[in-house]
Amino acid sequence: MEALLIPFLDATIRTATPLAYAALGELVTERSGVINIGMEGIIIAGCLGGLVAAGAGGAAMGFLGGALAGAGMAAIFAFFVLRLRADAIITGTALTLLGLGLTGTLYRGLFGLEGAALGTPSIAPIALPGLSSLPLVGPVFFTQTGMTYLLYLFVPALAWWLARTQAGLALRAVGESRAAALAAGLDVQRLRWGAILFGGAMGGLCGATLVLAQVGTFTEGMSAGRGFIAIAIVVLGRWRTVGTTLAALIFGGAFALQYLLQAAGWALPYHLFLALPYLLTLILLAALRGRAEAPAELASQESWSRA
Amino acid sequence: MTEALLALWDGAFGSSYAIWSATLVRSAPLLWLGLGVALAFRAGVLNIGAEGQFLMGAIGATAVAQVVGRSVPGLVMIPLMALVGGVAGAGWAGIAAWLRQRFGVLEVISTIMLNFIALATIGWMVRGPLQEPTRIYPQSAEIPWSAQWPFLIPGQRLHLGFVLGLLACAIAWVVLTRTATGFRIRAVGASPSAATSAGQIDVGRTVMRVFLVSGACAGLAGAAEVGGVTWALYEGISPGYGYTAIAVALLARLHPGWIVVSAIFFGALEAGASAMQRDAGVPSVVVQVIVAVIILGVLAGSQRRTRVDALRVRAGSGR
Repeated sequence: MEALLIPFLDATIRTATPLAYAALGELVTERSGVINIGMEGIIIAGCLGGLVAAGAGGAAMGFLGGALAGAGMAAIFAFFVLRLRADAIITGTALTLLGLGLTGTLYRGLFGLEGAALGTPSIAPIALPGLSSLPLVGPVFFTQTGMTYLLYLFVPALAWWLARTQAGLALRAVGESRAAALAAGLDVQRLRWGAILFGGAMGGLCGATLVLAQVGTFTEGMSAGRGFIAIAIVVLGRWRTVGTTLAALIFGGAFALQYLLQAAGWALPYHLFLALPYLLTLILLAALRGRAEAPAELASQESWSRA
Repeated sequence: MTEALLALWDGAFGSSYAIWSATLVRSAPLLWLGLGVALAFRAGVLNIGAEGQFLMGAIGATAVAQVVGRSVPGLVMIPLMALVGGVAGAGWAGIAAWLRQRFGVLEVISTIMLNFIALATIGWMVRGPLQEPTRIYPQSAEIPWSAQWPFLIPGQRLHLGFVLGLLACAIAWVVLTRTATGFRIRAVGASPSAATSAGQIDVGRTVMRVFLVSGACAGLAGAAEVGGVTWALYEGISPGYGYTAIAVALLARLHPGWIVVSAIFFGALEAGASAMQRDAGVPSVVVQVIVAVIILGVLAGSQRRTRVDALRVRAGSGR
């Protein structure tokens, strides 16, 4: 039993890590009252940005490149939605198409049809001294890559920032009521620009993590719906930091189950498992009916499409 | 650069073959899909799932052609494929409609999830129940002759699905602008709360019906693609037609008449891009970039206009 359980839980944490980055980024964006449905395009831009930057300057540069590529895509979204007041849902859809098309075109332009930058630097898991030798917990939580450890620090920091700081309060206020925030003298536009760019950088980190810590290379469309899953994770996590992180773990589990059952040579058709995370998204979204705890600016049907 | 653009133009309009057998053939699914997306958007239903509904329609049409195609004449077979494809697409959209109605699940997310599930389903179908008899290739056997949709012009590949798509756009135009149903759709899209209180319109029912019709259009596109173009089912049957359809609908400003123009434009782009990849080595994914840029351009243009209008109204009322 343990021989199966530990690899499964280990894979759960590993696959949940990039999902958590994207979902926490989307969480911050949504707490400001804007839904960025273009997260998918941001993640794939982060994948290619990470690959190219890592090839030029090593893994650390790769994460920086991924974050910058993600923030760049998010800037396009912010410009259209905040500046031109375009429909957020349609802008987000266009951003996804742009990300998928642009990365596909650039990748073939840069690496040719054979593709595969096989010499991509990647980061290996680090066993934390002491902690990693704990039974069960050790091999699952403390033999991960640096990106997972960074997340352990980031989650409490974000929860504290949102709940206890002036800036966090201002951000939440904008998400609850744009009018009241304006009346209180908050710079709504600037806060939302900040939240969207931050969300983009986090989505970019998700992409870079996929490439540099998980897959080891770039393939077209490798984001595989993670951007949309991240949005579902935020709903599932009830727009809260810890809740969102736990929800990311559930989806990490769904992806990990796929690998596990595949490796175990299960008799059921492989494509059924491919559909599993998406099926789970639908079921969980339906089970958690209602938008009671969504930021009020998102909650009314009208502002889902008009930020 | 010039070489690539020349290849693009030649592939789209350079010869009568390019027009009748490439550009218009690729416009056929875009007519149906663009119309489906436009109808949904008109009613405020953000159906991003045309791709999945298209695939389910293709699966349904292939299945019915394989099962009964050998024992039934084309005159029965072709309407049957269209029917099954349409029902399959509507059913797939119906899941998202039900989730929205019953559980308040945002259809943008559910339809995209259903796209991925449809893609997995087709992957399973062509390796399982619908795989060709030798069980080597991940595709279905060729559909029987009676299930192959007729070509319209001798020597060209333009098929029945294109004309049916034109007809559908014409019918949708009449329904939207001349009937009570059309008025209800437009009212619900403009403001669900006003439609309920002032128009006494059952918003839930209107949304559900439009969602189903939108899915049926996409499913029909899938049936027409199998019957008129590919004659078999395989995973890459759609080069992202369902996503291009969003640009088709937006560029047409959700108007059924302009869908025809916009579908032909994007059909030409698709046809030209594959010629460009073949002749000039420019990857055809560049089309996706063009589609995205056109959507953003339409958004930027239309938003500026509404803002100018809003300013004008404000200036007028101030006096």
